[in-house]
Amino acid sequence: MQSLTNRFQPVDRSPMTIWEKMYIPAIAKGMGITFSHIFKKNPTIQFPEKTRPFSPVFRGLHILNRDEEGRENCTACGLCAVACPAEAITMEAAERLPGEEHLYREEKYAAKYEINMLRCIFCGFCEDACPKDAIYLSESFMPSDYLRSQFIYKKEDLLIPDPKEDPEAYKKALGNRASQKKQKD
Amino acid sequence: MNGILLNIDWPFLIEKLVLIAIVVSISLVVAMYTTFAERKVAGLLQDRPGPNRAGPFGILQPLADGMKLFFKEEIIPNFSSKALFVLGPGLAMLTAIMTSAVIPWGDKIILPGGREMQLQIADVNIGILYVFAVVSLGVYGIMVGAWASNNKYSLMGGLRAASQIISYELALGLSLIALLMFTGTLSLKEMVVQQQQGGWGGLLSWNILKQPLGFFIFLVCAFAECNRTPFDLPEAENELIGGYHTEYSSMKLGFYLFSEYVNMFISSAVMVTLFFGGYDIPFLNEANLAVNTAAILGVVAFFIKIACFLFLFIWVRWTIPRFRYDQLMHLGWRIMIPLALFNMMATGAAILFFNK
Amino acid sequence: MNIQTILFILLSILSVGSALMMMLSKNPVKSILWLIVVFFSISGHYVLLNAQFLAVVNIIVYAGAIMVLFLFVVMLMNLNADNEPVKNYRLRLIAIISGGSLLLVLLSAFMNVQQANPVLLKTGDGGLIHVLGMTLFTKYVLPFEISSVLFLSAMVGAVVIGKKDS
Repeated sequence: MQSLTNRFQPVDRSPMTIWEKMYIPAIAKGMGITFSHIFKKNPTIQFPEKTRPFSPVFRGLHILNRDEEGRENCTACGLCAVACPAEAITMEAAERLPGEEHLYREEKYAAKYEINMLRCIFCGFCEDACPKDAIYLSESFMPSDYLRSQFIYKKEDLLIPDPKEDPEAYKKALGNRASQKKQKD
Repeated sequence: MNGILLNIDWPFLIEKLVLIAIVVSISLVVAMYTTFAERKVAGLLQDRPGPNRAGPFGILQPLADGMKLFFKEEIIPNFSSKALFVLGPGLAMLTAIMTSAVIPWGDKIILPGGREMQLQIADVNIGILYVFAVVSLGVYGIMVGAWASNNKYSLMGGLRAASQIISYELALGLSLIALLMFTGTLSLKEMVVQQQQGGWGGLLSWNILKQPLGFFIFLVCAFAECNRTPFDLPEAENELIGGYHTEYSSMKLGFYLFSEYVNMFISSAVMVTLFFGGYDIPFLNEANLAVNTAAILGVVAFFIKIACFLFLFIWVRWTIPRFRYDQLMHLGWRIMIPLALFNMMATGAAILFFNK
Repeated sequence: MNIQTILFILLSILSVGSALMMMLSKNPVKSILWLIVVFFSISGHYVLLNAQFLAVVNIIVYAGAIMVLFLFVVMLMNLNADNEPVKNYRLRLIAIISGGSLLLVLLSAFMNVQQANPVLLKTGDGGLIHVLGMTLFTKYVLPFEISSVLFLSAMVGAVVIGKKDS
């Protein structure tokens, strides 16, 4: 059989020599190796305090975007739900009533918007499909939970903080990804 | 009855009781922090930080571990003999701690009342034999617990422990006979006093220089007696699911695990006393210092030496893989015992030759 | 009544009681554990007689080594109370007669022994290691060597029996 790499070595099954039978040289060598590791830098990242930098193409938890005035971008067109290969997105549309212009940008909005995070494969097709810049995959993880029902994220879980009320949280939630996307477009 | 109470030397009794309490609690605290050191050193050797969340640098980790064990559910299996099941871990812990009675922790200190206090619970003239006696009993805790668990894996672990400890006890004893030949005493205190007198503040008279082979055999056997890697076959988790403590839970399991660390601490102390001058400080003449200062410095030196040995125990554990059972027996009977016998003969010949 | 006498009485009760328990318990493992207690109390007696060396050697050899082997064998064979063979009536009768005659011999022997004061014995140093070693290697050197030859022959016998199987 042809080997995949040229790194394999046949196992040496010859009986041990007296030198090897004494175990001591081998033990000393091993102890030396482990001791030398004391002085090596350890690669651990203390997670909750420090986080590993994400790569620019990282696709994390979804956010539903707002515009600069804090109005929801989503118009409940359903393109993201169609594009979703895992069929994780469901939504219900509703018509914007007079007096709600400060809440929704378009005349139609999503009254209900749910993503089942257990089905979602974080492919980012919803982001690509969205014509209104309404959905992004952010740079955050999905937290663990005890119940399956907790993994169906409602609209309230997905919405980004209001940029007028809490601009810092808005910026943080938006991350680098949304701005990159804008530049690309 | 009044006469009996008067006959007892009360200050002596109280002094000894206080000393026992101190020694036992120190052994337990040291053992506790050895578990922490074990995890920390394991981390260092494997390029990771080890436990660092409980308290600053994780120093409260052993307390957290203990708390966890205390609050775990206690399970006593049906069909086990309950009294023996409870007795097992207790015996293991008892025999682990009992050895500390004859170890000289330091020289004498003078109490404020002018009373001299020896930092040793009992200076018996058969100190080292007492250590042997207690060590040879150490296997009962394991065997009783293993048998009482009524579990095949536990029984296998218990049998392995028994045969391993008996096998290595022989070499352990033989390696020491050579040492005893020229110390001429069985008292640990006297051995330390002998090692204090010599060049470089006693360093040249340390027994390790006279008995390197004996020390080596003793060290290997001490690893085997403590059931430490590479001789941890009685609790080999990937063959015996934990061996003799498979069925144990809660603080009973804690006692078994803990007694291993107490054993490690005590055997380190014995090795330091026998071969590394006990509380002797090299390059320092203790007679020039005040009695109390010298004693306290001596205790500190003793504990530093013990800490080095504990590090060795841990270092070996995270380096060397476990022996196979036949290799273990081969090493014990075919290598260690002949080596110890040879060492004994050579020492005897040397003593005969030089004393003429 | 002084403290040695009290200790002596306590140890005697312990040794006789645990010896009885050893014979009365059905389970062989428990019997062995009670026997270990007997050895401990006997060692306690040795300490009272100021024979610390004997006390410790008794523990090392009997409690530490021989009893571990007993326990080992019993555990390996997994002897339990329920698979003990039923002894028949005649065997029991013979056992009672032989045990009774042994008791008679022992009793008659002890009748002639002068009762020693156990507290007074504490003053002797015959059990200390130095004295014992001197006596063994000067006065009793021949019996000592002969007994070691006996042990050697026992070891050779064990090796021969072990070889036969393989």
